[in-house]
Amino acid sequence: MKPAERMKIPRQEMPEQEAEARAHNFNEVNLGMSAEAAKIEGERCLQCKDAKCVAGCPVGVDIAGFISAMVEGDLPKAADIMYDANVLPGITGRVCPQETQCEELCVRGKKSTPVAIGYLERFIADWARENRTKVMTPPPPTGKRAVIVGSGPAGLTCAGELAKKGHDVTVFEALHKAGGVLVYGIPEFRLPKKIIEVEVHALEQLGVKIECNVVIGQTYTIDDLLEKEGFDTVFIANGAGLPVFQGIPGEHLKGVYSANEYLTRINLMAAWMGDDSDTPVIRSKAVVVVGGGNTAMDSVRTARRLGADPAVLVYRRSRSEMPARIEEIKHAEEEGVKLDLLVNPIEILGTEDGWVRGVICQRMELGEPDDSGRRRPVPIKGSEFEYLCDVFVEAIGTGANPLLTQTTPALTTNRWGNIEVDDKGMTSIPGVFAGGDIVRGGATVILAMGDGKGAAMAMHDYMTKGG
Amino acid sequence: MFSIREAKWLAPQVRWFIVEAPRAAARHKPGHFVIVRVREGGERIPLTVADSDAKAGTITLVVQVIGATTERLCSLQTGDAILDVVGPLGKPTEIEKFGHVVLVGGGVGTAVIYPQAGALKDAGNKVSAIMGGRSKPLVIMEEELRAACDAVYPCTDDGSYGYHGFVTGKLQELIDDASDPVNAVLTAGPVPMMKNVAKVTEAKRILTIASLNPIMVDGTGMCGGCRVTVGGQQKFACVDGPEFNAHDVDFAELTDRLTAYREQEKRAWDRLGEDPEHKCKLAAAEKELAANR
Repeated sequence: MKPAERMKIPRQEMPEQEAEARAHNFNEVNLGMSAEAAKIEGERCLQCKDAKCVAGCPVGVDIAGFISAMVEGDLPKAADIMYDANVLPGITGRVCPQETQCEELCVRGKKSTPVAIGYLERFIADWARENRTKVMTPPPPTGKRAVIVGSGPAGLTCAGELAKKGHDVTVFEALHKAGGVLVYGIPEFRLPKKIIEVEVHALEQLGVKIECNVVIGQTYTIDDLLEKEGFDTVFIANGAGLPVFQGIPGEHLKGVYSANEYLTRINLMAAWMGDDSDTPVIRSKAVVVVGGGNTAMDSVRTARRLGADPAVLVYRRSRSEMPARIEEIKHAEEEGVKLDLLVNPIEILGTEDGWVRGVICQRMELGEPDDSGRRRPVPIKGSEFEYLCDVFVEAIGTGANPLLTQTTPALTTNRWGNIEVDDKGMTSIPGVFAGGDIVRGGATVILAMGDGKGAAMAMHDYMTKGG
Repeated sequence: MFSIREAKWLAPQVRWFIVEAPRAAARHKPGHFVIVRVREGGERIPLTVADSDAKAGTITLVVQVIGATTERLCSLQTGDAILDVVGPLGKPTEIEKFGHVVLVGGGVGTAVIYPQAGALKDAGNKVSAIMGGRSKPLVIMEEELRAACDAVYPCTDDGSYGYHGFVTGKLQELIDDASDPVNAVLTAGPVPMMKNVAKVTEAKRILTIASLNPIMVDGTGMCGGCRVTVGGQQKFACVDGPEFNAHDVDFAELTDRLTAYREQEKRAWDRLGEDPEHKCKLAAAEKELAANR
């Protein structure tokens, strides 16, 4: 096919569950492309010699390579190319913000629309999950032992890459299920748990040992891992799991949740299943969520699915400054979520019995830029108004959980508690590396994976060459 | 899976377990707790570790039936297993040489003060323990406390055993005894009891540490569900506590926040009552308790 013909093909759409129906169930919203649509979309790729898209991928997937194999009909080869760079494609294909990464750099984006790289990655990952019989087998053991703290995206990726090199890898996870934020934070309708289970199982087949119910900082310290347990190297990937509250009056009221608690009850503890799960969550007719990122979107869309009407999201800046993915915002609004922007909650009101009954908000306008480079929101005097609600969820970001760092004084952290690392991902303790949100602050799954992969290379060098 | 080495009833609705949990046992110190999940689909609940044996790799849990999850847990026998046990969690008790320490335990709170007793004694304190229960069968661990403390004062609301009255009555007596001043009080049990203990000790400004029991989910400081107000500041009981200076704790707020899921708890309890598999286990448990008496 000539490039001119390829340029004429329009971008294929991702089939979605109809909005009204999906606003009341937890099934996946995006349904996945058909094989035919995937092939057509694959033909849109110009197979650039010096593909710009790869530089936008934190794990360096050979994009043109897997697409080419897919278009030729060799799906096993496409899967091999994919898994060579990315051990969790079913996850990244669903949650990566491709529009600001690989797809943003696609040359097609200049004159038309980029190749739907994310949808194709998902297509190959889903095909592999159902059909791939090849099992990744590890090379002969090196005799070196690595330990990973946290089974979130950074930890799992690091584990997979080290196992592929023949190292003995143990992952310690604080919760009772592996996956970290993938399993407690991201809802079923964006990332089904089954996908995580299958991809984690593949890592276990590669020899990775995952032990849940172990909290590093309490059950063991980092020193225990190096001195007593005899590991040669450590990767700390325990995430940014510290909820941030606004600090406004009324946060003690029943019905006020941090997004972490709200989502953990509903996702990890399956409270969305109602009485079939033993973990309760307050289901409310009127929910207000404060925040502008993907977590805020997940919270308000989840509330909608639990029956909230209205389900309102308030955010102190404007739409163009929201960090959330455009797709999530679009899906949320289609599902009936109301976005009230340039609004900031200042006080939560309660009933006599201590339940949330409403939240007082202030309207904002944009002033001069602040530290983040975005225009600072400034309250408009006298603009206070009240939203009636009985559940209020705060999704304004997460900080570094200090449980591990406070028992490891030799670990240098910045003033927010994030672990400081060099360009190889190594911390102030030799042989101890770190990556993901505990280093970056709350960021994305794929950036965490990139850190995990980079650290694995550095840890491999450290264990085999001594640095 | 965490095996149950031993399970027996200590009192009606109060069960004693020795559980195989080598990692938690190895690092356990008085004041620590664990989070437990009984089965798939089950909720995560915090339980104080009453004792541990690092060599044997076991921890001791004392559980009172107060809802569906504790009911399910207490229907387990020796040889059964708990799905998930994680710990040790929380900050351990700050053991110092205070002088004369009075431990006040109400109901299963007695299982919280027991491990503190031994550690305080080892640190050179004189240790007195006051344990309360509604009636004689509900005063637990007296033998264990007698072995660990210098003096033990069981109390019953109905006067069927020991001091007739609330633990706070006995505590006031000890405080009023000028010949043996009280230097510190550690307390654990129902919130109203801890609140009243704090009131009693406030007049003489006696250092009082309470072990708080808010609702928890993860137990590692990532959700904020266990937040309590101490000295006007927000603290997470699972990582900043569970022990706090009782005179600074907003007990009214803690009491209120504990009621957040009353409706769901009642529904879960009713549903369990109708579960045929559970009815079987319940019958077996009742037989065992009757035999023990």
